[in-house]
Amino acid sequence: MSGKDQILGSLRRSKGRDGPVDAETAAALRARIDGHARNIVPARTDLDAGGLVDLFETMATKVHATVARVSDMADVPGAVSDYLRGENLPSEVVMAPDPSLDAAPWSDNKLLDIRRGVPGEPDQVSITSAPHAVAETGTLAMFSGPDHPSTLNFIPETHVVVLPASRVVKSYEDVWDAVRAQAADGASGRGGLPPRTVNFVTGPSRSGDIEQTLLLGAHGPRRLHIVIVEDD
Amino acid sequence: MNVHSTSRNFKNNAKEQLANADLQAALNKARGHFVDGRSTARDNLPEFDALRDQARDIKNHTLEHLDFYLEAYEEKVQASGGHVHWARTAADAQQIVLDICRSVDAKTVNKGKSMIGEEIEINEALEAAGIRPVETDLGEYIIQLRGERPSHIIAPAVHLTKNQVEQSFRENHTELDPDRVLEEPPTLLDEARTILRKKYFEAEVGITGANLLIAETGSSIIVTNEGNGDLSQLIPKVHIVLASLEKIVPTLEDAATILRVLARSATGQEFSSYTTLSTGPRRAGDPDGPEQYHVILLDNGRTDMLGTEFEEMLRCIRCGACMNHCPVYQSVGGHAYGWVYPGPMGSVLSPGLLGVDEAGHLPNASSFCGRCEEVCPMHIPLPKMMRHWREREFESHLSPGSARVGLGLWAFVARRPRLYQLATGLQMRLLSWMGRKRGRFSSVPLARGWTKYRELPAPQGRTFQSRWKSGERPPMRNGA
Repeated sequence: MSGKDQILGSLRRSKGRDGPVDAETAAALRARIDGHARNIVPARTDLDAGGLVDLFETMATKVHATVARVSDMADVPGAVSDYLRGENLPSEVVMAPDPSLDAAPWSDNKLLDIRRGVPGEPDQVSITSAPHAVAETGTLAMFSGPDHPSTLNFIPETHVVVLPASRVVKSYEDVWDAVRAQAADGASGRGGLPPRTVNFVTGPSRSGDIEQTLLLGAHGPRRLHIVIVEDD
Repeated sequence: MNVHSTSRNFKNNAKEQLANADLQAALNKARGHFVDGRSTARDNLPEFDALRDQARDIKNHTLEHLDFYLEAYEEKVQASGGHVHWARTAADAQQIVLDICRSVDAKTVNKGKSMIGEEIEINEALEAAGIRPVETDLGEYIIQLRGERPSHIIAPAVHLTKNQVEQSFRENHTELDPDRVLEEPPTLLDEARTILRKKYFEAEVGITGANLLIAETGSSIIVTNEGNGDLSQLIPKVHIVLASLEKIVPTLEDAATILRVLARSATGQEFSSYTTLSTGPRRAGDPDGPEQYHVILLDNGRTDMLGTEFEEMLRCIRCGACMNHCPVYQSVGGHAYGWVYPGPMGSVLSPGLLGVDEAGHLPNASSFCGRCEEVCPMHIPLPKMMRHWREREFESHLSPGSARVGLGLWAFVARRPRLYQLATGLQMRLLSWMGRKRGRFSSVPLARGWTKYRELPAPQGRTFQSRWKSGERPPMRNGA
């Protein structure tokens, strides 16, 4: 008997059944999955669009992310190079091949040396966008795909995220809807699948493993800098 | 597979740990940190208790139909190009991991933190097969250097002081300058970061645990703060997820509810730095991510707990709140418990997984203060279940002879009210007469363990029952 049969058999015996759940129950359970009803969502996100962006900023700052706001995409490269210079960081950056980032005039900024693609061990700074940001806890949501190598979120010591303000949503549940929408989108060429990796990122990497002392930059980025673009 | 447990020596282990100065210093530093964090997080979320109720209900519903949800989950994992392996025992799980590693000729395996990895002793199995396991979580890395086991399910090195960590780094990182300054936690972290960074790019296989599995999408979720789990699963060719089967929930929304109580109960964070949903291997066109995705579903005794008085233990989400709030854990630390799972949750789970003859002592390591149940995000009645284990231990004649004789004698007398009153009345008068001078005893036969740390006040002559009978009543307090 296979491990699977043994385990399922044991599960069913423990529940006083000798086979799978009956057809009626199975239909109800299937409906529960397909309905994926929302449970309690904290009321702190009952805000208008501007309030959500403010809440996102407050929550992200609380967990040691830094936030800058610019009024449109044209200002993004300058904001990024200002930040890097202010932190004494190198101007060589590796940027996601995400077309939504192309709206910024990167090549006009002579201070940045940009490569698009996957990061390697020596890369110190990454720039990505984030398709969504959750106001509830100041959390960025990033999806893997040809536009966004997930390793950009973890390998470089500094992660700069360009975030159009309109992408700030209330809660994780809004991100789940986007995950489902991507899976349902036949045109994405992903065979009805969600992204391989969904990264919820809340502040920079940290550890408390040595005497419970909070330290930033354990293995992932030491710095998470978010540039919110107000008018997109 | 031989399980390496010293749970049956709990009493001696505890004695040694109470005398361990480094451990006591480390516990003193950590004390209150998690407790205050949780309390602040709870205060900042008015819905916290309602979310706990809902989280409990989600798990109860899932456990009732575990077979259905596991099969639904497997179907989705396969549809996304991943593989599910069902492991009845720890030995089965080891074998599956080894087979996968050998299939890609792995020399090095990177590991994110996994308590299931500890439970199935995967590091020992890999080493025996000539494969090098590298722990990448900072706490796990430290204890791997020291050849120790985690002493806490979310803070594996909480039993160590920074001096001990420094010493281990100096002993192991011998390629570095012996005169380097290495005293403060930030320099220790930087050193570990630099050394582990290279190793991320060397491994052929990455192993992580799972905080949740999702039937709806066939996904696994890990929740971490360091980012090591993500680097461990994104860079190697193969990602193996070690998960016990009760980690499953029906939908992404159900996962969100549990995530909202998990970090708050564990570290007091609103949300951990990294919550990662993984579904299958990398897709065509993806520039990174693993080429293979395997999930090992471990039973190892859990299905036998289902349908018993211990079923509710399977709601546990491994936040560690129970041990953070436990006076016994906070005194003796995690290693005294002798196996993978310490504290109140371990005292209930370990006898279920190891058997009551091995771990039957653990449920006795409780003052029944009830804090563990109070703070458990899943409302697991831990004290009640510890009592059930005590009954089982007694029934299987595993408790010591003296305790059994004493309890038998007490039961004989307690079931006979007249005899009980006579005996206690005589005892009170005797003790009251003996203690008439000092008003207290510094030593009482059969209770030396108790009087070693405090004095027993001498009774005043009559029992409570006889005073009540003669109409004596306590004075009314103001406002009572």
